[in-house]
Amino acid sequence: MDSILKLIVFNRFYFGSIHFFIILLLMASCEKKLDSGSETIEIPDQVSYNFHVRPILSDKCFSCHGPDANKREAGLRLDIEEEAYKALTETPGAHGLVPFKPNESEVYKRIVSDDPTFKMPPPESNLKLSDSEIRLIEKWIQQGATYEPHWAFTPPKTPKIPNIKNKDWPLNEVDYFILAKQEARGMEPNSEADKEALLKRLSLDLTGLPPTLKMMDQFLSDDSPKAYEKLVDRLIASPAYGEKMAVYWMDIARFADSHGFQDDSYRSQWPWRDWVIHAFNKNIPYDTFITWQLAGDLIPDATKEQLLATGFNRNHKITEEGGIVDEEYRVSYVIDRTNTVGKSLMGITMECAGCHDHKYDPITQKEYYSLYSFFNNIQERGIESVVGGPETYAKRPFMQISNEDVESILTFVNKKDTLDLIVSVMGELDSIRPTFVLDRGIYDQPLDPVEPTTPESILSFGPKYEKNRLGLAKWMFSRENPLTARVFVNQIWQEFFGKGIVTTPGDFGMQGALPSHPELLDWLSVDLMENGWDMKRLVRHLITSATYRQSATISAEQLEKDPENMLLTRAPRFRIKAEFIRDVILSSSGLLNPEIGGPSSKPYQPGGLWEGATSGRGILSVYKQDHGEKLYRRGLYNFIKRTVPPPAMTIFDGSNRDQCEVQRLITNTPIQALVMLNDPTMLEASRVLSGKLMQESGDPETNIYKAFRTIVCRQPTEKEMTVLKKYYEGRIATLNESQATDLLDVGEYPHATGLNPVTWASLMQVITAIYNLEETISKT
Amino acid sequence: MENNIFEHRLNINRRRFLSQASLGLGSVALGSLLMPDLLSGTGSMDAAMIPGLSDFAPKAKRVIYLFQNGAPSQIESFDYKPKLKEMVGQELPDSVRGAQRLTGMTANQSSFPLVGSFAEFKQYGQSGAWVSDLFPYTSRIVDDLCIVRSMHTEAINHDPALTFFQTGSQQGNRPSMGAWLSYGLGSENKNLPAFTVLLSRGIGNGQGVYSKLWTNGFLDSVHQGVQFSSGEDPVLYLKDSKGLSREERRVMLDNIAELNHLSYEKFGDPEISAKIKQYEMAYRMQTTVPEIMDLSKEPDSVIKLYGPDCLVPGTYAANCLMARKLSESGVRFVQLYHQGWDQHDNLPYEISHQAKDTDQASAALVTDLKQRGLLDETLVIWGGEFGRTSYSQGKLTAESYGRDHHPRCFSIWMAGGGVKPGLVYGETDELGYNIAKDPVHIHDFQATVLHMLGLDHEKLVFKHLGRRFRLTDVRGNVVKDLIA
Repeated sequence: MDSILKLIVFNRFYFGSIHFFIILLLMASCEKKLDSGSETIEIPDQVSYNFHVRPILSDKCFSCHGPDANKREAGLRLDIEEEAYKALTETPGAHGLVPFKPNESEVYKRIVSDDPTFKMPPPESNLKLSDSEIRLIEKWIQQGATYEPHWAFTPPKTPKIPNIKNKDWPLNEVDYFILAKQEARGMEPNSEADKEALLKRLSLDLTGLPPTLKMMDQFLSDDSPKAYEKLVDRLIASPAYGEKMAVYWMDIARFADSHGFQDDSYRSQWPWRDWVIHAFNKNIPYDTFITWQLAGDLIPDATKEQLLATGFNRNHKITEEGGIVDEEYRVSYVIDRTNTVGKSLMGITMECAGCHDHKYDPITQKEYYSLYSFFNNIQERGIESVVGGPETYAKRPFMQISNEDVESILTFVNKKDTLDLIVSVMGELDSIRPTFVLDRGIYDQPLDPVEPTTPESILSFGPKYEKNRLGLAKWMFSRENPLTARVFVNQIWQEFFGKGIVTTPGDFGMQGALPSHPELLDWLSVDLMENGWDMKRLVRHLITSATYRQSATISAEQLEKDPENMLLTRAPRFRIKAEFIRDVILSSSGLLNPEIGGPSSKPYQPGGLWEGATSGRGILSVYKQDHGEKLYRRGLYNFIKRTVPPPAMTIFDGSNRDQCEVQRLITNTPIQALVMLNDPTMLEASRVLSGKLMQESGDPETNIYKAFRTIVCRQPTEKEMTVLKKYYEGRIATLNESQATDLLDVGEYPHATGLNPVTWASLMQVITAIYNLEETISKT
Repeated sequence: MENNIFEHRLNINRRRFLSQASLGLGSVALGSLLMPDLLSGTGSMDAAMIPGLSDFAPKAKRVIYLFQNGAPSQIESFDYKPKLKEMVGQELPDSVRGAQRLTGMTANQSSFPLVGSFAEFKQYGQSGAWVSDLFPYTSRIVDDLCIVRSMHTEAINHDPALTFFQTGSQQGNRPSMGAWLSYGLGSENKNLPAFTVLLSRGIGNGQGVYSKLWTNGFLDSVHQGVQFSSGEDPVLYLKDSKGLSREERRVMLDNIAELNHLSYEKFGDPEISAKIKQYEMAYRMQTTVPEIMDLSKEPDSVIKLYGPDCLVPGTYAANCLMARKLSESGVRFVQLYHQGWDQHDNLPYEISHQAKDTDQASAALVTDLKQRGLLDETLVIWGGEFGRTSYSQGKLTAESYGRDHHPRCFSIWMAGGGVKPGLVYGETDELGYNIAKDPVHIHDFQATVLHMLGLDHEKLVFKHLGRRFRLTDVRGNVVKDLIA
């Protein structure tokens, strides 16, 4: 017993000391960095509340000394100036902050204390301030402890265009803001990317499709000074533009083809997606785009198109599980809408305030339910029907779409048959359903009643607005609203530059990231508002800038000085979205079916996935793969069954559409390699492209060259050609006819005839390898 | 002033980058010497991550979770309630039910007749634990088990209850327990994912299981559970196409790597070298996974232990054996789901079959691990998402009855990995309706599991959307009594 005890004690010590040892090592290396000249953390001359201090207070202090009244400790509130300066009730004679006097400020005394009972943050919180954080707070107090309003809660004003040295570089306003930051850091932008790279980048960004050989030849031979602008005009006017933009909106709108939850059966919501594509292509102004989606049904004499747009807020999951409590689920739908609107349109993590006052942002629980009440008056039920026939494919309130509608107003709906379609949309109750604050967010624990209104700290909901969703939409697009334009501009920036000016697109609040280029964000936001919320205009600003047109190569210096490319001294380089990987494969092989809109399609997918994860009820319990043309539709149209989303999409970080998403991760995993190597979609594309090329030419070198150009969208280098030719010759020498026939036996697309299987399979192998290059599915 | 601000942020970024680089390279030797997994994992060393290491030595290194999906009745398994037999047909007293919420399925039922177990109970082992005769194999290993009869949850329907169990929140889109462990502890194996999932189903009312239950949530997708299926392709897209030999694959990968390398020279993007490595890992998985899936080399004694079903792919027994092999190969978290425990009616018939499908293999897994000396470092968990009512759902007849969902109390068991063997923990009242002693909430359970693996549930956090998230949300206490 004794020895066991000793062993345990030893063990504890052993591990404890290792832990300590690691910390020591880490500390030692940190110390070194602090001391090594240029690596020293510079405490700025002027400490800013917004940029330096608030992030620290918000992260480490506000959860107990912030906006949430119920969790506030010692009566001290640090997010409001007057409160922080006040005499402390629990520590007589002391003040949280005494401007200019750190040593008299309780905050400072506590953060530098070693006494665990006195020290802040308390050790049990597992939070800790670093030395530099403490020094920043100290200096801020020395300089007067001045507060500033949160940057995102004050309306954007047109900032001055900054002065720059290299006046030759900028192509438009964006570049002045970008270059000014670079120059201040002694950095300079990359040179312009070559034409092939620009064409691929633009084509992927504006259409989600790679350029064709014809486009490449055309653009390369167009020496006119306006060649680039002409290309922009052409691509942005292409109908594929709407499809490309719709992909990001589908994530925000949590669009899917199934109801979600347990049985997860079919819903016919796709006409709403057709509308989104149409809206982007028609370039309807952003304020209209959103107003219709939020409140199209409330617009006087609403058209069927405006009604269809409101499908946006019925895309959430709806249960078909018998035995649930109706009200619990109805409430969850209202919560989903509230959170979606908060995250995607306001850039605020509203959901935190669903159960308690927000811990970081000045939003009370009451304000949460006031916003919630805008969406609480819908003629809907928690459960309307269990899994069943076509009448369950939409839930009340729904609209019907007849052939007549499609011939007149809803011309963009790609309807195939004569049966009426139903789509879930918004529709108000005749009377007002009272809304209450829900205790801890629980559906049957109502507290005080609330009225529809918006968070006061963002922008007061004046009496001029109707207390309904239409009023809410007007509030969103008030020139005084500090968030709407910024949040949207940031989303579009993220779409083209890989990450936002604010890298937390769903959180512009206190815990969100600060903008890397705040003036640029404001300049673009004001420009958007002053020009009728013109979405294509905004897109053009980004893609015609010199910033966008830079090359994507990374120098060692750039990697060391600015690994995250905050300064944009190079074009961002990243893997394209799951949907566009599919589009690149299908388009380059010539398989792509360019049809726009219509019901989702079910391409090849590994067997048994739906069958293994189903309750057995409903038409989605078995995966019925499509055939023919439908196999080759764009990734955007891939059928999404929420509980079993298409693996080739989710493996590449596609959303499962469970809830609103404003950002996708970009990961790099071995399973992705397996998809690229073995998915029949990829292999069939290789087979079809190689067959096509061989029918055009008998010269392997010509074919390899052409395949590389078509897929990677540039001419191969000599070295690359050497590798590929050698690979090809090796295949010719190794493969026998039976192996070759097996390799070619993939996919349902008819086989080319009259080709030698060994030569064909050899070229097919080469093409599969080209499809697997990192560059093929990267924006470069 | 603005430049100052920018300068400051760049410095922060640069320091983070440098410290990441130094953690990734300089400490490899240090890491493998001291803590094989902490630093060698694939997770990005996000600045927001606080390593959840505690100052105690973890016992468990791996988890095998035998999830009994649909919610097995505690009254017919581990929670012996003789009183219910005496009171069969009598109404559940209102005083017992209290303000308990009911599902829509029994909310309109006019009567709530109590019903006892049709299965007989006996005491087993040194611990004297009561087990019903539906579980003869499990009853023989009770001295290795830690049976908890006082579990309780907040959810009353399958989807939210499962999600709650796996992610600590009913709403979904948070990381699953396996993803948290993969994030916190990394992978022990360079050829396999750290978190794998195996599915099977019995004859009973099936409740769907779905990928959100093994989601990485907001964590990096390397932590996502990888579903191993019983079909031809145990891992999606693993199998090479017909006609492609291993040599051919190797040659192709070498060529891809060579071209990718040229591209790296041109662009200098570290993502390209990461891509080359991922293709290599994919290649290794193509060898390792089929080896694990191949049961032909298992000796007869093992096949006999798990029962003949273990040779039928896709059965619970086959998955239990597979779980042992995966775990033994260093997979951090093996998650099984066995569907079919949702006995709203016809309970005696259905539960007998469910028990028969699972009893032998569950017990075999514990025994097998023990024989291999792996039980001490492997935590095995058996249980469903909630319990079942002590009154009958629908008509109570002499032959049959059903039981509705019951979140207020249910039983699970754990074995190995540092839990106290031969322990029966917690009590329910004599009608098996409420907990009488030592309640264990889902968050307590999760905190305890993390503790077994050496992780402090309050420290294993990830900052997302401005908030630090953890598996146990905002609650949970380690149940010290369960720990050996």
